[in-house]
Amino acid sequence: MRITQGTFSFLPDLSDEQIARQIQYALDNGWPISLEFTSDPHPRNAYWEMFGLPMFDIRDASAVMRELQRAREAHSDAYLKLNAYDARYGRQTTALSFIVARPAVEHPLRLERQEAHDRVQRYSIVRDER
Amino acid sequence: MTTLLESPSERGRFDAGVAPYAQMGYYDAAYEPKASDVLCAFRITPQDGVDPIEAAAAVAGESSTATWTVVWTDRLTAHERYQAKAYRVDPIPGAAGQHMAYIAYDIDLFEEGSIANLTSSIIGNVFGFKALKALRLEDMRIPTQYIKTFQGPAHGIVMEREYLNKFGRPLLGATVKPKLGLSARNYGRVVYEALRGGLDFTKDDENINSQPFMRWRDRFLFCMEAVKRAEAASGEIKGHYLNVTAADMEAMYERAEFAKELGSIVVMIDLTIGYTAMQSMAKWARRNGVLLHLHRAGHSTYTRQKTHGVSFRVIAKWCRLIGVDHVHAGTVVGKLEGDPRTTAGYYDTLRENVIPLNPGNGIYFEQEWASMPGVMPVASGGIHAGQMHQLLDLFGDDVVLQFGGGTIGHPDGIAEGATANRVALEAMVLARNEGRDYLGEGPEILKDAAKSCKPLARALDLWRDISFNYESTDTPDAVATPSY
Repeated sequence: MRITQGTFSFLPDLSDEQIARQIQYALDNGWPISLEFTSDPHPRNAYWEMFGLPMFDIRDASAVMRELQRAREAHSDAYLKLNAYDARYGRQTTALSFIVARPAVEHPLRLERQEAHDRVQRYSIVRDER
Repeated sequence: MTTLLESPSERGRFDAGVAPYAQMGYYDAAYEPKASDVLCAFRITPQDGVDPIEAAAAVAGESSTATWTVVWTDRLTAHERYQAKAYRVDPIPGAAGQHMAYIAYDIDLFEEGSIANLTSSIIGNVFGFKALKALRLEDMRIPTQYIKTFQGPAHGIVMEREYLNKFGRPLLGATVKPKLGLSARNYGRVVYEALRGGLDFTKDDENINSQPFMRWRDRFLFCMEAVKRAEAASGEIKGHYLNVTAADMEAMYERAEFAKELGSIVVMIDLTIGYTAMQSMAKWARRNGVLLHLHRAGHSTYTRQKTHGVSFRVIAKWCRLIGVDHVHAGTVVGKLEGDPRTTAGYYDTLRENVIPLNPGNGIYFEQEWASMPGVMPVASGGIHAGQMHQLLDLFGDDVVLQFGGGTIGHPDGIAEGATANRVALEAMVLARNEGRDYLGEGPEILKDAAKSCKPLARALDLWRDISFNYESTDTPDAVATPSY
């Protein structure tokens, strides 16, 4: 399966040039970049591991690209996402977030059901190990 | 009528009988509104021969303390405080017989945190007043002191995005069609296909409640199976706006509780349930961590005509105070009424923290929201993937774009229709962020994206010539309006 979290998951994987242009857009808006990785892309997993701190002081897209390259090498079979953060009053949240690397094989997710009363099902989404 | 035509005299404020409203203190050109006053801009169309200032004073009087005759019991009160005051009356350029009346109301006139009370005063009696041909509430400045007595959106735009884990693009939705007649099982099929194809939300229509062909509980069960299947298939959080609108609060709470029990992240209400019921549901939504979607069913009966009723920008303000998370606010390019500048004014009203005076967009007062979270506007009705560049330009990122027919009507299937919309959207956001002239190059950007997405190519081809170009009835007075 293909996990379609993030801003651009329905497009063909972005090239490095395309990623660099999105980084430039974020930096032009004053949004620092951060990188996060995980092997558990469950839709409720809000806390992927941080690859270092947010790059608050980096204003240069090529420096961010070098950091991205380091992250890819360090976690070559993980999901990796790039976030841009908007700290302005009234936002103070992520402004842009997209997946920049995926494992070679993406594990499917599966729905588990538990029977409850009166036709009610209790659902959980789990990694499909079958 | 004689009340209004009677010329000012030397008679005292409290002499028995009828006296002009202006003379009774409901017009005061020297009044300087206080920061804590509620201010209203009314478009008034007096009957022939009625002085506009007297008409404005009458509106102030009838929406605050006055009745048709002098009452001695006024003298038992600090009436100067409780009287609303028309403080400015301007002729409207290009609209013969119409004036804009600005009226200030002391905050003490209104119960804290009650839209029912606010509206019973301000739009309670006065719209049927015989001395006026027509009356329209154009805008309202809510003072921050009063704002702080309301809950506001149960979650708001920022919290909703963090909850959904979706950033940097508009959200996508679709209303299940046909709106009426599907069985619960078939209905859930549409939800599953649309969500797994790439939409973030699907939606019950406003008139889907609990009819003989599909009872609410059955719909909820099948829809949640569909939502959860789509979440597992995509790894994304998905939602279906389960409409809990019902005949009484007990039934609405029962339905909302069941939606929550099944794990739904969102429920929906219709504007027709009334302000008090909306406030109750907003409190419920905050308490239970469930997003609250509002369909503005019925609003056009009083918002559309330019000379009479209540502007939707005022309804939008009330909805933000009431505390919904989503509200339908127009598409401009779709099938329903919506002038571009006027609609931009609604979107600002719902989303921004400070909205400056902007008569060109129909904003008659600066409005400061004192950090009350924003409401996510929803653009729904007759829009399709081929308009993506226009929609992104008009509305930016914080909006739910709802393609009902534009998803379900796709010739290859519902999931394919959803994919076409999602690919079109992501391609357009990518192009915008790259600094391209995406509005000018929109059709080309879509065509390029369609090269690797067959469903988008089909959609662009099928709906190429669909547009709804009719003149709007509700437009600002200040400028000529361009139209899409």
